[in-house]
Amino acid sequence: MTDIATMPRPVSFGRRLKRFMADRPLIPLIILLIILVVILQILRPGIVNERWLANTAKFAIPLAILAGCQTMTMLTGGIDLSVGTVATMSAFIMATQIVNQDPTVAFLLAMLPAVLIGLVNGIGVGVFRVHPLIMTLGTSLIGTGFLQVYQRTVIASGAKIPDFLNWLGTGVTYGFPNALLLFVPVAVLIVFMLNRTGFGRLLYAVGDNERAARLSGVRYWQVITALYVLSSLLAGITGLLYIGLIKAPSLSLAEPLVLPSVAAAVIGGTSIFGGRGGYTGTIIGALILTVLTTLLTILQMPEGGRRILFGFIVLFVTAAYLRIVEDR
Amino acid sequence: MSRFLRNQGWVAGLFALLIFLFVVTKLIQPGYGSGDFGSLARAVLPYAFAVAAQTVVVIAGGIDLSVAAMMALTSVTAASMMNGASEEYALFVVPFVLAMGLVLGALNGILIVVTRVPDIVVTLAMLFVLQGAALLVLGAPGGAAAEWLKASVIGTVPVPGLPDWADAWVPKALVLLVVCLCIVWIPLRRSRLGLSIYAIGSNELAAFRSGVPVARTRIIAYALSGLFAALGGLSLTISTGIGAPIPGPYLLASVAAVVLGGVALGGGKGGLLGPIIAVFVLRLVRTDLTLLAIDPNVTAIIEGAIMVAVVMFGAFITMRSRPAGATP
Repeated sequence: MTDIATMPRPVSFGRRLKRFMADRPLIPLIILLIILVVILQILRPGIVNERWLANTAKFAIPLAILAGCQTMTMLTGGIDLSVGTVATMSAFIMATQIVNQDPTVAFLLAMLPAVLIGLVNGIGVGVFRVHPLIMTLGTSLIGTGFLQVYQRTVIASGAKIPDFLNWLGTGVTYGFPNALLLFVPVAVLIVFMLNRTGFGRLLYAVGDNERAARLSGVRYWQVITALYVLSSLLAGITGLLYIGLIKAPSLSLAEPLVLPSVAAAVIGGTSIFGGRGGYTGTIIGALILTVLTTLLTILQMPEGGRRILFGFIVLFVTAAYLRIVEDR
Repeated sequence: MSRFLRNQGWVAGLFALLIFLFVVTKLIQPGYGSGDFGSLARAVLPYAFAVAAQTVVVIAGGIDLSVAAMMALTSVTAASMMNGASEEYALFVVPFVLAMGLVLGALNGILIVVTRVPDIVVTLAMLFVLQGAALLVLGAPGGAAAEWLKASVIGTVPVPGLPDWADAWVPKALVLLVVCLCIVWIPLRRSRLGLSIYAIGSNELAAFRSGVPVARTRIIAYALSGLFAALGGLSLTISTGIGAPIPGPYLLASVAAVVLGGVALGGGKGGLLGPIIAVFVLRLVRTDLTLLAIDPNVTAIIEGAIMVAVVMFGAFITMRSRPAGATP
């Protein structure tokens, strides 16, 4: 009876669908992922097998971790475009320092630039209030400069990939890629942090209404600085994982992952304006992009075409998201 | 009136800084002469157009992240069209490329107005798209430029009535820059449209209520930005003789020069002269570093650090001039 009183007219199907999607953004994403896999299977019958699954997971994991950096920064209304440079730096430093140094020392040296860049990003965004996009772009330029200078000093010593990273990046145990050993704890940690800890809530609060958050006593610059350092650290660890997967240290190693990581977070339902989203969606977003890349490779779409597609996806999803949110 | 004085004071101070840097340059390198000034003007050319492109949108209260990608796309388009074509064909290429910039810039504006997605996201998405398109046009650096176009930036302009020594300080590149900017900027500044651009940047709601067509003005501002970016892309092709599909460091440089030039990142304030002088300042700093025989990679680091510092400083000033807690 109350139903009739509150809803004089039945809600149209489109509107109900919209509301459903706004409430459960994960379900349409999973459906999209399944559709993509089915298309792949139709185009190349038999391609979807155990090996393919392991391979897809292997390539999706570095992307998913970097997209985690974007998710966390985007929750506060920011973005971190320096993740590519940070990942490249730590990978390159690891590969060159391992030749002469103890693995622990090499690891610490590799993490050093990540912490520094994260700190500078955090101070620039949190204290000086520079737009995150410009700030992280600037630090990534400076980081690339440092890397080029550094490359000259180690050109004689050569580089090698530590066996452990090799095992972690490419190894498969019982059909499961070893990279999951790193990814599962990281993912659980991020999801737990965002949903269950005070820090996570602060990120949502700052992104949703910065002024209200400040007035209720949030120390904005401390939250932001901690966030960007964390994001950089994650990017550094991703670099180590990625070098084990790609096995060729270069100065533009992780750069191609930056734009897809933004796209993955946006597809996963994290709002680029802050305050909305979560990491589970991002993981599915990263899987979707990896499968999409396989699909585009099979269709022989060139790199340029892929970038155009990524651009339109980001634009389209953001616009659609705005429509859904405005309707509520 | 005091604001007018303050703005002009900023430009005058910047000009004094430029003169000071010239003196420093002369001290470092006593042989610094008209030829070196000519090459400085040539180096400044693409940066100056990128900055002009950024200035127009920033004054209108927006930001254009696709400037560098737009320059890359227009540059490769021009280079590949002129490759192997006759000299006269370039007469057709130049207006075509400029029109392309105008249309793509207008597309930026239309997407912002129609989708209501914030400018920073739309232009970021367009950055992906334009980059991809540039890669589709030319996969690797290549193409060619017409000889008469190349000659148009080399050498000096003979000015009747000037002695030869003074004539040598009037490089063609500088004249080209001044002419191109003046043709677009001076009529704009004096027209109703120019006033509207300042109005929507200063206070969009007030502008709307005073009868300014906000949507149309915004689209035109982005179209003009696209036109300037196309000029920048053309000047890249002309000065290097080829087109490169990878965007240069023009985005951060343009934002830094806009901030250094006294244009508020919030919009509505400043002019074109300040940012253009700022570009010369930034380039001259680079020249000085090179003259001091500093490793080019270290120069890149210092330059990046200066730009980040400038942007931080600008954001700090903007923050101070606004009530605390207001979103930038």
